[in-house]
Amino acid sequence: MVQFSPVTEWLTQADDVGHKFALMFVAIALFVVVMGAILLAVDRPKRVPPWVVPVAFLGPTILGLGFGLVYPGLRTIWASLFDARGQNFVGLDNYATAFGEESFQIVLRNTLMWVILVPIVATFVGLVYAVLVDRTRFEYLAKTLVFLPMAISMVGASIIWKFVYEYRPDQKNVNQIGLLNQLLVWIGLEPQQFLLNPPVNTLFLIAVMIWIQAGFAMTVLSAAIKAIPDDIVEAARLDGLHGIGMFRHITVPSIRPALVVVVTTIAMGTLKVFDIVRTMTGGNFGTSVVANEFYTQSFRIREVGLGAALAVILFVLVIPLVVYNVRQLRLSEDIR
Amino acid sequence: MNGMRRRRGTAVVAAGAGLTLLLAACSGGGDEGGGDAEGTANETDCSAYEEYGDLSGKTVSVYTSIVDPESEEQINSYQPFVDCTGVEIDYEGSREFEAQLPVRLTAGNPPDIAYVPQPGFLKSLVADFPDQVVPAPQSVIDNATEFYTEEWVNYGTVDGTLYATPLGANVKSFVWYSPLAFEDAGYEIPTTWDELMDLSQQIVDDGGVPWCAGIESGDATGWPATDWLEDVVLRTAGADVYDQWVNHEIPFNDPQIVEALGTVGEILKNDEYVNGGLGNVQSIATAAWNESANGIPDGTCWLHRAANFYQANWDESLEVAEDGDVYAFYLPGVSEDDKPLLGAGEFVTAFSDRPEVEAFQAFLSSPEWANSKASVTAQGWFSANNGLDPELIKSPIDKLAFELLTSDEYTFRFDGSDQMPGAVGTGSFWTEMTAWVANDKSDEDVLSAIEASWPTS
Repeated sequence: MVQFSPVTEWLTQADDVGHKFALMFVAIALFVVVMGAILLAVDRPKRVPPWVVPVAFLGPTILGLGFGLVYPGLRTIWASLFDARGQNFVGLDNYATAFGEESFQIVLRNTLMWVILVPIVATFVGLVYAVLVDRTRFEYLAKTLVFLPMAISMVGASIIWKFVYEYRPDQKNVNQIGLLNQLLVWIGLEPQQFLLNPPVNTLFLIAVMIWIQAGFAMTVLSAAIKAIPDDIVEAARLDGLHGIGMFRHITVPSIRPALVVVVTTIAMGTLKVFDIVRTMTGGNFGTSVVANEFYTQSFRIREVGLGAALAVILFVLVIPLVVYNVRQLRLSEDIR
Repeated sequence: MNGMRRRRGTAVVAAGAGLTLLLAACSGGGDEGGGDAEGTANETDCSAYEEYGDLSGKTVSVYTSIVDPESEEQINSYQPFVDCTGVEIDYEGSREFEAQLPVRLTAGNPPDIAYVPQPGFLKSLVADFPDQVVPAPQSVIDNATEFYTEEWVNYGTVDGTLYATPLGANVKSFVWYSPLAFEDAGYEIPTTWDELMDLSQQIVDDGGVPWCAGIESGDATGWPATDWLEDVVLRTAGADVYDQWVNHEIPFNDPQIVEALGTVGEILKNDEYVNGGLGNVQSIATAAWNESANGIPDGTCWLHRAANFYQANWDESLEVAEDGDVYAFYLPGVSEDDKPLLGAGEFVTAFSDRPEVEAFQAFLSSPEWANSKASVTAQGWFSANNGLDPELIKSPIDKLAFELLTSDEYTFRFDGSDQMPGAVGTGSFWTEMTAWVANDKSDEDVLSAIEASWPTS
């Protein structure tokens, strides 16, 4: 611990109200002085060399990306080639473990399940919902209801759903406290351990992510649907398109760029999923995914090399999605 | 600074007053304890602290896994030291302690002192950060050898060097039960393993489900099951085999361990014996460990094997006493003379050799601290320090645990998973024991999977 000078101590340790207010005014004054200095400095020079402007704008970003992203990324790739304590070079052994051992294959299989199911189902649900409520009387209320889960943090949503799935046995003196099992009991079925038996338990975790992401898909797609020009819709109607046909041949092709963005964005978010698994099962019962396993290996078991290898695998899996997303964005910009 | 101290002082007085109320409410004969708590807080006798000198203006940072509400008792227990030396203790508790401490060490931002809850973790810290973990100074070595048994000193020793001294201790070989319900049903407390099994069968014959268990504990799910296996290895294979097993001198899946796991399975994997009020065998995996014994006061469960610190999880309206709503008996050995005892504790590790850090470390290993901690603690804490005055321990179950721990009749062994390498002790041992109940994985498969995960280096 460093011994601070009295000034630093006065600035960092406020004990009473007066002191806190004094600190607040000091901070405001400091802000005014700094901002004033910057504004003055910006106006002062009449002629700046041409390189100053790009450096001033891009420099901080490049520095930030370099220290915050590129350097740690390279360090992680490097660390993935070393053993648990980062001392001995082991080549690709960590990757062999990650792909070869059964327990890690389950992790990869689960991640695959997540990344295929969540974007497709969430987008599909969002799309159907957006079409169904479009221009109805309850549109705003209906949209708000589906969008609400987006406002809940992943951990919060996980805790909510953990209660929904909660299991109590079918015994006398024991009451169900989980919503889903209570429903089962009411219709005369046995209560179930939803989170226990692989691989079905992963589906119940995936449901949580879909619950969160469907609102996002619905909002973006609803906006895209509203942007479809009326003349196209009208022309199609005159040509005799209705219902499913209209949906397949007009709505979906017209919002294709938006669909791609939604699917890839959700897929990227899903690849990184960590909070739901960690909160609901802790990665037990064969539900772990790459991001959770990476944390467990790196920080709990302290197999730093293996953890880094898992992080790199995750990184490699995200790349094609990012590339595809960027290309689609560029294409749609060209159209505009 | 003054404001800070004033607030601390008020907190101590408030804690003392709260304790007195609590004692008046739930325990007979503990009143002197409450009086003492206030006594130490208000008129500290500084003579025992003179050796530490004047440390005013100095700060010692402490990083631990002990969070609210227990952290308040920790902070209160430093008060005499703070009052007498003028030092400031900067206490930080974190639930992510085990994950964050290595991160802080790697980043070159160590705390002055950390309370490491596992000797195995201490070993890997010393191996990974040899320049940062500071060996205990002479004053601390003297305290350790004077106030702790050789075993406890050894848990904080790595390769012949003492690094860490014990802080708190706990005893895990307990079975919680309801004395009132036992009396009504006419059940006797078993004194051998066979009697325990007979009692379980008796409860089944009377139409009950004897045992309840839960091992869900977030990302540490599975640890209570490792304690079960360790307790039974101590009983069926003995303390010597246990030591060899923990140190990996015999394979993890040695036939004697397979036999012990089979013995655990006679209870935990027996659908007639588990899981009172919680479901079938599988439900052990998803039942939260800190709520899993709630069936005992409700009458849906009779027996729950857990440490003395499980007391914190009981509803406040329940009286924890030998003739109260809930209490615990010693998990019996194979015979009446065979009395192994499983327990654990935390260890004070320093990452700085500044004089004030040394002084605080010495204080924490002294009986002055142990007694100060005992007098501000309501329940769930005692220490292996032989200078600890048992009269200051308020909870009857802590008192019983302390008696067993200091008794010559009982053979103490430290929690095995806490001593094993992280990949096993906080990794495969947990997950495989979880799979053992959750997916009905066989005894042999579980133990050989853990054996396979044991680090080669």
